Amino acid sequence: MTGLLFNDAEWDFATLDRTFRAIEEIALNELGLDVYPSQIEVISSEQMLDAYSSMAMPLMYSHWSFGKLFAREESLYRAGYTALAYEVVINSNPCICYLLEENTMPMQALVMAHAAFGHNHFFKNNYLFQQWTDAEGILDYLSFAKRYVAACEERYGREEVELTLDSAHALMNEGVFRYRRPPRPSRERQREKVRARLRYEEQAHNELWRTLPAGVDVAAPPAIADADEMEAGESKLPEENILYFLEKNSPSLRPWQREILRIVRSLAQYFYPQRQTKVMNEGCATFIHYTIMNRLYDKGLISEGALLEFLHSHTSVVFQPDFDDPRFSGLNPYALGFAMMADIKRIAEHPTAEDKEWFGEFAGCGDYMTVLRNAWANYRDESFIEQFLSPHLMRQLRLFALHDKAGAGAYDVTHIHDERGYRDTRAALARLYDVALADPNIQVARADLQSSRTLYLTFKPHRGVPLHRTSKEQVRAHIRRLWGHDVELEDERAD
Amino acid sequence: MTHFIDRRLNPKGKSLGNRQRFLRRARAQIRDAVQKSLKDAAVGDVDRARKVKISTRGTSEPRFRLDPAEGGERDFVLPGNREYTPGDEIKKPPSGAGGGGKDAALSGDGEDDFEFTMTQDEILDIFFEDLELPNLVRTTLKETTQRSWRRAGITTAGAPTQINLVRTMRNSFSRRLALRRPSLAEIKALVDELDELLGKTPQLPEQEARILALRQQIERLDARRKWVAFIDPIDVRFNAFTEQPIPTSQAVMFCLMDVSGSMGEREKELAKRFYMLLHLFLKRRYEKVDVVFIRHTHDAQEVDEQEFFYSRQSGGTIVSTALDKMLEIQKARYATADWNIYAAQASDGFTQSGDARHCVEMLDAQIMPLCQYYAYIEILDEREMEVFASEESGAELWRAYRALATRWPNFATKRIAKPSDIFPVFRELFRKEESG
Repeated sequence: MTGLLFNDAEWDFATLDRTFRAIEEIALNELGLDVYPSQIEVISSEQMLDAYSSMAMPLMYSHWSFGKLFAREESLYRAGYTALAYEVVINSNPCICYLLEENTMPMQALVMAHAAFGHNHFFKNNYLFQQWTDAEGILDYLSFAKRYVAACEERYGREEVELTLDSAHALMNEGVFRYRRPPRPSRERQREKVRARLRYEEQAHNELWRTLPAGVDVAAPPAIADADEMEAGESKLPEENILYFLEKNSPSLRPWQREILRIVRSLAQYFYPQRQTKVMNEGCATFIHYTIMNRLYDKGLISEGALLEFLHSHTSVVFQPDFDDPRFSGLNPYALGFAMMADIKRIAEHPTAEDKEWFGEFAGCGDYMTVLRNAWANYRDESFIEQFLSPHLMRQLRLFALHDKAGAGAYDVTHIHDERGYRDTRAALARLYDVALADPNIQVARADLQSSRTLYLTFKPHRGVPLHRTSKEQVRAHIRRLWGHDVELEDERAD
Repeated sequence: MTHFIDRRLNPKGKSLGNRQRFLRRARAQIRDAVQKSLKDAAVGDVDRARKVKISTRGTSEPRFRLDPAEGGERDFVLPGNREYTPGDEIKKPPSGAGGGGKDAALSGDGEDDFEFTMTQDEILDIFFEDLELPNLVRTTLKETTQRSWRRAGITTAGAPTQINLVRTMRNSFSRRLALRRPSLAEIKALVDELDELLGKTPQLPEQEARILALRQQIERLDARRKWVAFIDPIDVRFNAFTEQPIPTSQAVMFCLMDVSGSMGEREKELAKRFYMLLHLFLKRRYEKVDVVFIRHTHDAQEVDEQEFFYSRQSGGTIVSTALDKMLEIQKARYATADWNIYAAQASDGFTQSGDARHCVEMLDAQIMPLCQYYAYIEILDEREMEVFASEESGAELWRAYRALATRWPNFATKRIAKPSDIFPVFRELFRKEESG
């Protein structure tokens, strides 16, 4: 192919298509990425706000909190405080990428490389996503959830449904399985269930039904909460997934409420891998768009102007202000992720003696894409940083670790980017990305089903950090609503 | 295998439902905020989108979270070290956890107040929410000329434009399934096989038998396709509509405004603003309310909306001319049997001497018996407001009307001295009665 893919900032669908093919060529054949087919949708800014406020999903059940988020985002956007994201990408198969119509053509190219290949590859290959999310089924599940919630509102009243959803949302972070997969009914039990259903259908069979005209179609919510799934005593205590426990064991919930809890916790579980891989996911996508855009330029497919526009927005995305800069608001996952990916490439291609000592297994191997693809597939943020953050990069970012004790007047600097501090600084940073440590550790300890029906939860403090007091009481009220009886939340002494 | 989809033309307002849910949820706070923000607003600004700031109390979404400021210890990592070595101390910023960027980032706090933009419709809805025209009665049920079309299910007969495609196709599909209408693909497969057999030059006897069988089968299927139609008249369904009468209660609002020379520009402006609000209220809440605009100096005339709000005129003051005009119009066009009659009068309270008594007589004898509600708004300037601090003292018309108000419970008097009075006065005048 000769000549530029596009000359100016304007885009049209033919140009998008041409550019997509050029990017695809590089991504699949040169970088060896493995992606879901992509479905690229061009949307307006209002639709982008819509997507923002419904957990970035194309369809979502109705709830006031999404309206609140929309109102907030909209007023921030209209006042010019925030710019909209250039893209939104959904972990589904086909992988849906939203492009904002206002983007210029170089930006559309960047976004396609970033989302349709970067994120897409990560979603398809990372072990967390493979294990925990169902890219094939998520859109169908969401459309089921939307219809189900709407049907419940129709049947049981909007208020009722809203209250249940409020309480379920309050427990969303406590609605995931962190260490084990949810127990599945055994094969035998599933077969037994099918047999029982067939038996029931046979008993309930009536020739008369077959003569009814096709029009009779009662829009009843599908009854999914099978009675035998609710048998108590099946769940083992302690249980970390509070929503799951309530769904299965709450003495007061009605079947449709259980189903709503199930919907909310399914979504929480679906998003849980994203929370654990922010740095890697963004780092992977940013590294890929950076590599692809530069390749496009090298191949003479985009102009210098387009490359400069891309570099401008790329640098602002991976900008990392220092901690004492007024613009500082935490470590930028794009910056850290991109820097780590670029650093791995450097180590693979031009290692120093220090790199050889730290990363003997791949320093100087030359084939950085194999190293990266392996990292993207088999790590999450915490283990990735623990494994791949190099002393070189720690010096470059000038990372230093601090110790904070509540009540003390000052932070102690414990480790800095020097020979003695590399490992400890890196370990401290890795722990910051351990979602299991960032979320409070709350478990269902026991439930007194005989007399008072009180539910006992325990909070296990990590290094003595307590729960935020007011929110603790508010969430406890929500749990009480779902449990239907008293709920106690006690601190457990850390071992 | 990439699809590009242009979604820009998809229906807008996907999250409108969520927005309405949110507004309903935060109703109480929003109402307070709207009223606070309207207090000092010019009336012209009412029908305009505006920012509303509410607290997140009623709409908070609590989650369990950790509070490192409260106890315990933790480690964290920051970028950009320039001078520190292990063992150094960095002073914590004062006042607990509000440590600029770094702590806000770690604790995720900071959503106490919440500002967003509401559209004009949403604001007016909330402002007029609990207001109504007092004493409105259903006057004429006999005159139900108003009719509206309502959906009334599905029928088997109707106009082609009302065909319900989904139902029709569903019926057609199930009938085709039940009667086993052969699909085109099915026939094509047979035809292809036939063609292939015919193409072979030396035909074996079993092939010939097969050809014969195929021909018969194709013929049979073709015939079947003919008598099992794709869409049969019995499949067709239509949307049905019925006409339904709407019971109406007709109401007319007479707006009487003094535009004489004694009313300064400021007073006229205030009166106009009041009527604008009234007009907006009626337009929004009552589909069928006639509004009659009458302005007067020493002489009254009926004018249209444009003229009423925007033209200038000046002269002496005879309030009773406006009342005369109102009576005249009422007799000509608005029979009391069919109409609820309302009036709102705005004036600075000065009229030709002796005219006030004349007005009271007219109201007492002729107008008040007709009216459901009569509101009198006196426009003062701020100095006068201080002078007439008590309800008892006031200009001639005010004193005369005060006496009238004691006799007629549906007669109300209020005073406006500054723009910020308009909204509270308006709300007071049209507050919904507690007991119906």
